[in-house]
Amino acid sequence: MIQFLQTYGSELMVKIGEHLYISFFALLLGVVVAVPLGILLTRFHKAASFFIGLASILQTVPSLAILALMIPVLGIGKFPAIVALFVYSLLPILRNTYLGVKNVDPNLKDAAKGMGMTTMQQIIMVEVPLAMPVIMSGIRLGAVYVIAWATLASYIGAGGLGDFIFNGLNLYQTDLILGGAIPVTLLAMLTDFLLGILETKLSPVFLRTEK
Amino acid sequence: MRHKKIMIDEVMNLLKLEHVSKVYKGGKKAVDDVTLSFNKGEFIAFIGTSGSGKTTTMRMINRMIEPTSGKITLDGEDLSQKDPVHLRRGIGYVIQQIGLLPHLTIRDNIVLVPKLLKWPDEKRQEIAKNLIELVDLPEEFLDRYPGELSGGQQQRIGVVRALAADQDIILMDEPFGALDPITRDSLQDLVKDLQQRLGKTIIFVTHDMDEAIKLADRIVIMREGKVVQFDTPENILREPADKFVEEFIGEDRLLQARPNVTTVEQIMLKTPVSISPAKSLNEAIKLMRDKRVDTLLVVDDAGFLKGFIDVESIDYNKNKATSVADIMNKQVFFVRKDSLIRDTVQRILKRGIKNVPVVDENSKLVGIVTRTSLVDMVYDSIWGDDSEDESDAAEVHSTTTEKVE
Repeated sequence: MIQFLQTYGSELMVKIGEHLYISFFALLLGVVVAVPLGILLTRFHKAASFFIGLASILQTVPSLAILALMIPVLGIGKFPAIVALFVYSLLPILRNTYLGVKNVDPNLKDAAKGMGMTTMQQIIMVEVPLAMPVIMSGIRLGAVYVIAWATLASYIGAGGLGDFIFNGLNLYQTDLILGGAIPVTLLAMLTDFLLGILETKLSPVFLRTEK
Repeated sequence: MRHKKIMIDEVMNLLKLEHVSKVYKGGKKAVDDVTLSFNKGEFIAFIGTSGSGKTTTMRMINRMIEPTSGKITLDGEDLSQKDPVHLRRGIGYVIQQIGLLPHLTIRDNIVLVPKLLKWPDEKRQEIAKNLIELVDLPEEFLDRYPGELSGGQQQRIGVVRALAADQDIILMDEPFGALDPITRDSLQDLVKDLQQRLGKTIIFVTHDMDEAIKLADRIVIMREGKVVQFDTPENILREPADKFVEEFIGEDRLLQARPNVTTVEQIMLKTPVSISPAKSLNEAIKLMRDKRVDTLLVVDDAGFLKGFIDVESIDYNKNKATSVADIMNKQVFFVRKDSLIRDTVQRILKRGIKNVPVVDENSKLVGIVTRTSLVDMVYDSIWGDDSEDESDAAEVHSTTTEKVE
């Protein structure tokens, strides 16, 4: 262990950095696209099943296949990896946002509208705050997916902890495989934990106290 | 901001519905050619079975539902020409499910509409404080969340939320339907009091005939999207428009219709024994002896009811106090002269009070109702009225209650 860190320590830090970089931007892109889209879909129920169905289909495409498909379109490196992982983060965030906002008590929506809120105010002041726990759990799930699958991004030259694992596989070196796999698991768990704290912070007070 | 404060003539119709219909997809007529007009300051109750179109009609007033045809005007202005968001900010809205936002404090819930209207913060703070006081809830509640309040307390907040931006019209959709009878009763009193005191126009949807009779100045009875009868509770009870209305009112209420619409003023004694707060205890005792009563109402020079004193408290404080003001009990239960006997009678009997002072709309003492005359009213409504003149009846019983016990 200590010997492993002495040999690969600095490289490990670089790889963790790359891994986080890819995952972060993939997730950020996912949130920026899927949350507004999910909210928008609650206004168009017919389009909702189409889009969520589409996201589900994308989810079922093997991740390696998506990464491979990126190569002819976007080439290799970090950018195509980010795009591919973004596709994976879409479904959980989109579905949770849509369901969370849709399931806000219709009486509260009625009251908010009846008091004279604009559609935008209804969304920002009522629907999103009340749906926040559900939206956040979608983002958490998306984050864990993205960090786990970012390992495969190594295949298209994006770097990250996948490099250790695949090198280890090629060279039959167990310490390299573990040196990649364990940090990935830890990263995923840590991210889930931190986002969990953020979720509690963002949740409405009345829901927080019940927990 | 296009938010005009409207000055209108008292007698002019505030709100007019002309040949308003609502047809849903598939041809179901929810509202069928409804024409109505309401005056400023009126308490209007819509009543009908479910599916009669009463809620739909109400929701067209704040454009939560758009009419298929017909015209609704507010102060002569066509609603369809107004921006619905601005319109709704000027109309209070109370629903059965209360609809307080659970993630906001009571304070933020109360001043939600003022916030939407971008009123300054100090003004909003002041409104929140005034309004929570108005519904007799402690100021600490402002920092709590709706989930920490009981259903009745929440709906009190729901009611004042509809007043926060000084809305002239308030729409209420079965607001007390989900509350227990005691809470409902006190909220009904609150709303009626607010309406009378603040001069609000209230459009109230209910399926409870008792509630409609108790609260409304005029009742709209609807069936299958049409208005069957639109009149005062008294007239509806006296002359139901057709069999449907009769059935809706119910046989019991029709039988009781007469005492139901008797006001306190009609049965009260018009010469209550009263004393001014400046008088001495000796004078009070002398007055009691002369008039053969055990309780005196304390009334100031302008005629306002201040409290009461009774024989026990005089006896107990004989050596300590000198004037009536020193020992008078300010916690006096009174009724308005225009309140209906049927609302009042149970409250009086339940409290076990012997006499209840009656005041006019300015809180001036105008008379007194004795327990015996009320009991008599109850008997009349059960066994019918043997053509006994009411004033005679009150006279006869007055002598019995005024005796010192």
